[in-house]
Amino acid sequence: MEFFAQQFINGLTLGSIYGLIAIGYTMVFGIIGMVNFAHGDVFMLSAFIALIFFLILTTWLGMTSVALVFLIVLVLAMVLTSLWGWAVERVAYRPLRGSFRLAPLISAIGVSIFLSNFVQVVQGARNKPVPPLVNDAFVLYRHEDYVVTLSYKQAIIMATTALLLAGFWYLVQKTSFGRAQRACEQDRRMAALLGINVDRTISLTFVLGAALAAVAGTLYLLYYGVVSFSDGFVPGVKAFTAAVLGGIGSLPGAVIGGLIIGLIETFWSAYFSIEYKDVAAFLILIVVLIFKPSGILGRPDVEKV
Amino acid sequence: MAGTATMARTGAGGEAAAIVKDALLHALVTLGLSIPIVSYRTDAGQGTGLVLTSRWGEVAILCAAVFGLRLAQQLFLAGRSRHRAKADPSAPAAVSRASALIAPFTLGIALTLPALAALATGGLSESRYWIDLGILILTYVMLGWGLNIVVGLAGLLDLGYVAFYAVGAYSYALLSTVFGLSFWICLPLAGLFAAAFGVLLGFPVLRLRGDYLAIVTLAFGEIIRLVLINWVDFSGGAAGLSSIPRASFFGIPFTAGEGGFAATFGLDFNPMHRVVFLYYLILALALITNLVTLRMRRLPLGRAWEALREDEIACRSLGINTTMTKLTAFALGAMFAGFAGSFFAVRQGFVSPESFNFLESAIILAIVVLGGMGSQIGVAIAAIAMVGGPELLRNLGFLKAVFGEHFDPNEYRLLLFGLAMVAMMVFRPRGLIAEREPSVRLGAAR
Repeated sequence: MEFFAQQFINGLTLGSIYGLIAIGYTMVFGIIGMVNFAHGDVFMLSAFIALIFFLILTTWLGMTSVALVFLIVLVLAMVLTSLWGWAVERVAYRPLRGSFRLAPLISAIGVSIFLSNFVQVVQGARNKPVPPLVNDAFVLYRHEDYVVTLSYKQAIIMATTALLLAGFWYLVQKTSFGRAQRACEQDRRMAALLGINVDRTISLTFVLGAALAAVAGTLYLLYYGVVSFSDGFVPGVKAFTAAVLGGIGSLPGAVIGGLIIGLIETFWSAYFSIEYKDVAAFLILIVVLIFKPSGILGRPDVEKV
Repeated sequence: MAGTATMARTGAGGEAAAIVKDALLHALVTLGLSIPIVSYRTDAGQGTGLVLTSRWGEVAILCAAVFGLRLAQQLFLAGRSRHRAKADPSAPAAVSRASALIAPFTLGIALTLPALAALATGGLSESRYWIDLGILILTYVMLGWGLNIVVGLAGLLDLGYVAFYAVGAYSYALLSTVFGLSFWICLPLAGLFAAAFGVLLGFPVLRLRGDYLAIVTLAFGEIIRLVLINWVDFSGGAAGLSSIPRASFFGIPFTAGEGGFAATFGLDFNPMHRVVFLYYLILALALITNLVTLRMRRLPLGRAWEALREDEIACRSLGINTTMTKLTAFALGAMFAGFAGSFFAVRQGFVSPESFNFLESAIILAIVVLGGMGSQIGVAIAAIAMVGGPELLRNLGFLKAVFGEHFDPNEYRLLLFGLAMVAMMVFRPRGLIAEREPSVRLGAAR
């Protein structure tokens, strides 16, 4: 039972990170119907940006306040990763509207290869470790010699995720950008007729997705303390699995899917075999796509001529 | 681009100012993108920590390069929009005439490459590098042609193609080491196994829409690789399988002693005989792939593939069995990957899961995409450019003189692959070298 509780906490932490990335997939899919294959690599890039600012702040400027360092790194990573998200959409996806069906996906694969190798060229192929920012943990429950803990890291990750998701939900549900975004999702041409700047809305969607990926990247760096140029691929596919599982196009679905994938992965590693944890995620992806492509909360996809 | 067209009317001065402003904006965005990922490099320092190094010089060069390129591009576009009326209408015909000559020329070079290389380098043993490079390129040409059936003809985006390549390689590796079967028995078996895997995967997934299909094939490819890594008893795990038997000349081994290839044909023993044989083997396999594809395009099935690529719903309403059509494309593509895989295993004498990661699938896909998705000669030229190009660049001394001693073009190879894929989709989605045309077209449609 204690073991289960501990794994549950670990799974939720991992799931928060997947959920944040999954939102980027699901929003982009909702609005322009493409799988943004490069999103995982944007996430990896953001972790690198966070890593470099973390080093600047701690080693060059000698800042010691953990909360301040974390906040500055988070904000800078979000801003600069958003710029990348915007630039990628502008260069690689926008010219392809109206091109043939698979063009955006192929272009996205190109961007994905470019980004991971770009980071490899400019930062080197080795793993980049950072010293842990916080080490302590809350003891939630103690039973004889087994202790269930919630580490400060995990608490920060869950709290940041919850806070940002609340802000994000407000943005999408209550602001004029959110209304425009949802309108474009329903019917892009109609939205354009009603005076919504569709191009700008799509750009902002990419910016927002990249910003949330940057949050995930910063939290990932905080949690694992190491990042390498090839770290975008597998979390990217898992987050995409989360988006599909939750129902692609649905924002709450992405978060729920992320949590479920995080929990499944953690329990699978804990109870079955850690070697096959990625196989589990890929299998879920295949099974969901084959048997219920609309996911938990998604709308069924109707094919029209 | 619409901007430049209106600018042309407001006069040259305003136009120039707008172009410079636009280029400056691009440089500024580049600056933003370079912070901090280019401007600071992280290196492992003493102990466990990382050390930062500033690189603002490189950022300045990068921004200047983007500024210059954008300026040149805009000036070029502005110039072309003024001279658009003078466009040469006979250009496409000239291109197609040239591409009709490219194919026999390339084939001629391919057939005589070992002789040419031996003549150019002054001996068979000295030409080993060139023949090996030829084998490498032809392997990718064959894989590209195989994937072309799936992506280029049937329009199904397969991101896990390398899984079938792996099935072929491991089929030969296991059948030959465990059961002692010869290469010539294993080759068709490997193709069959790969095709069977293609059907196995294809059956459940083929009713998915395009991009979902792509993701599922990607997941499938990764599962195969992960299973090969973790199922140590079966596949040898991450260490792979080694000491796989070498190919023989239809039963005659390439050995120095009595009964070997050299002795049987009265030649002096030379280890290059085996390499040249492998070269012609992969050339033959690749040409078979090409021939089958070209013939298939004339069959009703091939026509159905192309129809499927253009419009699936129309196909279904015309009574084409889309499931069978997709399955055959998948199985046939997989079979050629299986052949190529068993060739890979017999050539290397060693297989490990690392040779079959997603990047390999992406490279093959990039070759097909750059070749123009459906064009056979395009794929061949793309494979030569993508695989042979970086290899040739590595030996150019002056690049080292310009970029420093540690410059290795192979580092930038995948970077350029990625960029090329994007550029291809943006500028020439129908192919760089040859146009992808349906094999048949009704009257004066369009």
